[in-house]
Amino acid sequence: MLDHTPTPVMERTALRINPAKTCQPIGALYAALGIHRCLPYSHGSQGCCSYHRSHLTRHFREPVMAATSSFTEGASVFGGQPNLLQGLATVFTTYDPDIVAVHTTCLSETIGDDIPQIVGEARRQEIIPASKHVIHANTPSYSGSHVVGFANMAAAMAKAFATPIESKKRGGDRAQINIVPGFVDPSDMRELRRLAEATGLRPVLFPDTSGVMDAPQTGHHQFYPDGGTTIEQLQNLGRAEATLGLGYWASRPAAVAVEDKSGVPRELLDLPIGISATDRFLQVLARRGGAIGADLEAERGRLVDLIVDVQQHLHGVKVAIFGDPDHVLALTEFCRDLGMHPVHVLTGTPGKRFVAEATRILGDKAPHSNIGGEKDLFLLHQWIKNEPVDLLLGNSYGKHIARAEDIPFVRVGWPILDRAGHSLLPTLGYAGAIRLVSRMTDALLDRRDRDAPDHEFELVM
Amino acid sequence: MTEVLAARARQVARAGTGGVDLDCDRQSTSGSVSQRACTFCGSRVVLYPIADAIHLVHGPIGCAVYTWDIRGALSSGPELHRLSFSTDLRERHVVFGGERQLEESLDELIARHSPRAAFVYATCIVGVIGDDVDAVCRAVSERTGIPVIPVRSEGFQGSKRKGYDAACEALMSLVGTGDTAGIPRHSVNLLGDFNLAGEIWIIQEYLRRMGVTVVANLTGDGRVDDIRRAHGAGLNLVQCSGSTTRLAQQLRQAYGTPFQKVSYFGLDDMAAALYGIAEHFKDPEMLDRTRALVAEEIATVLPVIDECRADLEGKRAAIYVGGAFKAISLVKALRLLGVRTALVGSQTGTAEDYRYLAELCDPGTVIVDDSNPAELSQFMATEDVDLFIGGVKERPMAYKMGVAFCDHNHERKVPLEGFVGMANFAREVRASVCSPVWQFTPRRARAGRSGTTAHTGRAAAGAAIEVMC
Ligand code: SF4
Repeated sequence: MLDHTPTPVMERTALRINPAKTCQPIGALYAALGIHRCLPYSHGSQGCCSYHRSHLTRHFREPVMAATSSFTEGASVFGGQPNLLQGLATVFTTYDPDIVAVHTTCLSETIGDDIPQIVGEARRQEIIPASKHVIHANTPSYSGSHVVGFANMAAAMAKAFATPIESKKRGGDRAQINIVPGFVDPSDMRELRRLAEATGLRPVLFPDTSGVMDAPQTGHHQFYPDGGTTIEQLQNLGRAEATLGLGYWASRPAAVAVEDKSGVPRELLDLPIGISATDRFLQVLARRGGAIGADLEAERGRLVDLIVDVQQHLHGVKVAIFGDPDHVLALTEFCRDLGMHPVHVLTGTPGKRFVAEATRILGDKAPHSNIGGEKDLFLLHQWIKNEPVDLLLGNSYGKHIARAEDIPFVRVGWPILDRAGHSLLPTLGYAGAIRLVSRMTDALLDRRDRDAPDHEFELVM
Repeated sequence: MTEVLAARARQVARAGTGGVDLDCDRQSTSGSVSQRACTFCGSRVVLYPIADAIHLVHGPIGCAVYTWDIRGALSSGPELHRLSFSTDLRERHVVFGGERQLEESLDELIARHSPRAAFVYATCIVGVIGDDVDAVCRAVSERTGIPVIPVRSEGFQGSKRKGYDAACEALMSLVGTGDTAGIPRHSVNLLGDFNLAGEIWIIQEYLRRMGVTVVANLTGDGRVDDIRRAHGAGLNLVQCSGSTTRLAQQLRQAYGTPFQKVSYFGLDDMAAALYGIAEHFKDPEMLDRTRALVAEEIATVLPVIDECRADLEGKRAAIYVGGAFKAISLVKALRLLGVRTALVGSQTGTAEDYRYLAELCDPGTVIVDDSNPAELSQFMATEDVDLFIGGVKERPMAYKMGVAFCDHNHERKVPLEGFVGMANFAREVRASVCSPVWQFTPRRARAGRSGTTAHTGRAAAGAAIEVMC
């Protein structure tokens, strides 16, 4: 596989090779796992759901529960209403969730199933118990990407539950702040909550897969793990001072939906990866009533201390960054802050904004960089062949390129299919930045050690 | 929640309770958390390992991503199969059709990679949006001079088995188009082996030692030109019967080639497969060579097996795999290791397979078709198993419950076929079952043990844990 990529880049219009994105439903499924006692539900062929669950399991190394309509030939002709009605009946009688989050697939979208109408019918027929909830998101696989699917399901949560609430405070006297965390690991969601709590605010994350996709060993297979945003929390989104949407692609629609439904103002921010973006995140929390105490200052100070210690190893390092747009943009900024040169910056997810934002972040370096929105890894590989880099940052799908071109590779983003621990250790916040810097530096220095002739191989570096 | 779904009552049975007659190959019940895959998955699994062909997934991006390089179907040469090619259909194609997209993609791929053939997988929406995949394939094939084969694999058509059939149909269109000159009488095709972790190379080596020539691999480490002349082989060996029996039947019908169902898992089944071949060719010298081979191989692995058995005796296992034939071999292989099968099931077994399993297993063994997580975890707990053998979706579930695991599916990383594979299997199983980590898992800790036999008592007593087994 490694030598099937020719160096000359040719214009391609029809074909996608080695994608840097996947389809919407898997993102919706992941988001839905972030609601407590929610059963994600895939309205389509049984294969989609099986693939999505397997893929998520490979990254998180956790069981992933989701139900499917199991379309048949008949459904593809006459529509999937009977399948969804029967599916909901099965789900509520068999698996007893508090809420079912239905997402569509390319097939149910193409045949044009009207989900709200079918869910309404299920209510009328009392298939859905009165105390239970069904929400839905349209996630056609032929537009957007998995990140957009995540965003759509997160927005569906707000649309279904957010309402205006006059008296803001509750839960002690601490002011509530809503956070839409983006398509990140459970460890990152945990970290965001910790940071927000450290400022004295009361964060409500939605969705929140911590405690679900990083559940501890209990000796049982808990069908609904303990974590996840509760329905009560979703119903109280309107209590917040503001909703922070982290990452334009994954979180903007949900933050907008909360504002539309409840009047809670939105604050759109980059994913807090690295020092500048985390600073901005905390500044917004401070503006919304949080206080940055000495502990947080010290935490930041330790990060600054580390990057000062290693700056000479990172300065001028040429790096290629690929993955989901919110991650890639934030990583690009962080690498820039560290004095590295992001030579190739690429996402598979569509959206014109990506190129504009990457260009802005790179500033005077932009003319010397390749920036690609809605591109694939075949192209990235070609770029790297034409302009080699010292370091590659991205998900596991970068490993073929890293091996073919012999480049140090730091895994970050989703999915990571060949290493463990990423869902337990954060990438976000100052702690995540410390971890990133340490891993990048290790990768570069390991490489230097590997390549050094004996007489230049040094103990102290 | 953990009761068997009412609609599934006919898909679960116990051995030794009279006639086992499972209803199978049904679509999963709508709304169930099924472990099952779809038609596309079945086709892709079978055809994917053909390494010098283009595999183009026609549809939105997802299907191509989830099947991109996920199995170690190794190739000794070209690795085209490890790239992910998709037409990445977008909204405009759903409205206006994706035929042009498909045609341009094929042209570009064939020009750049000069493959020996191209397979085009039609996914869920392709039929619905009205693309005439057959016509596009025909046109491109005429223009480029290579076989361009449409695979009817829309996911909603049914279960994985349906996809196997579509794949077999695609393969049938290749067989018979090559020159069979020079193929010796003692020759075989290997069907249903996908060369995970290099397994087919082990089998090929055995055959070489026996004096049997392999004409075509279908499809592990497969090559298009070999497959085109597969009709010249004297015998077809069908392993993983679920996926390629149909192909063997079609080959028999079209070319008169007999076939044998074989399993390369476990000592008994592996030896039986080789003897079956030797007997088929009615060559006494080959039979002698085979006897020598089997004796030699078994002698090498027996010490390993005995050693592992000493640690595994009395353990209980659950098996949930794709094909029932594999499940059958696993029951036998585990028995050789002293492990009792408490639960066995598959995604694609036939009623006949399950009847055989019921006869083979000890009375009381639970037998399931198309199971789901709730059911599997319930049985795992009530049957108190020490080991689970399954695939990617079952692994974390088993681990959560404090149960050891062995991947006998796509994600196995060591070869489990052949005599040496049995030794590897024994080691893998022992490594997981006897890991000291189970003592920390709540289930085992609660029970005050990390297994069911003596060695765990040592752990509970706080004895040194470096050598638990
Ligand atoms: S692209 Fe469509 S058919 Fe394929 S997995 Fe995604 S939703 Fe299912």
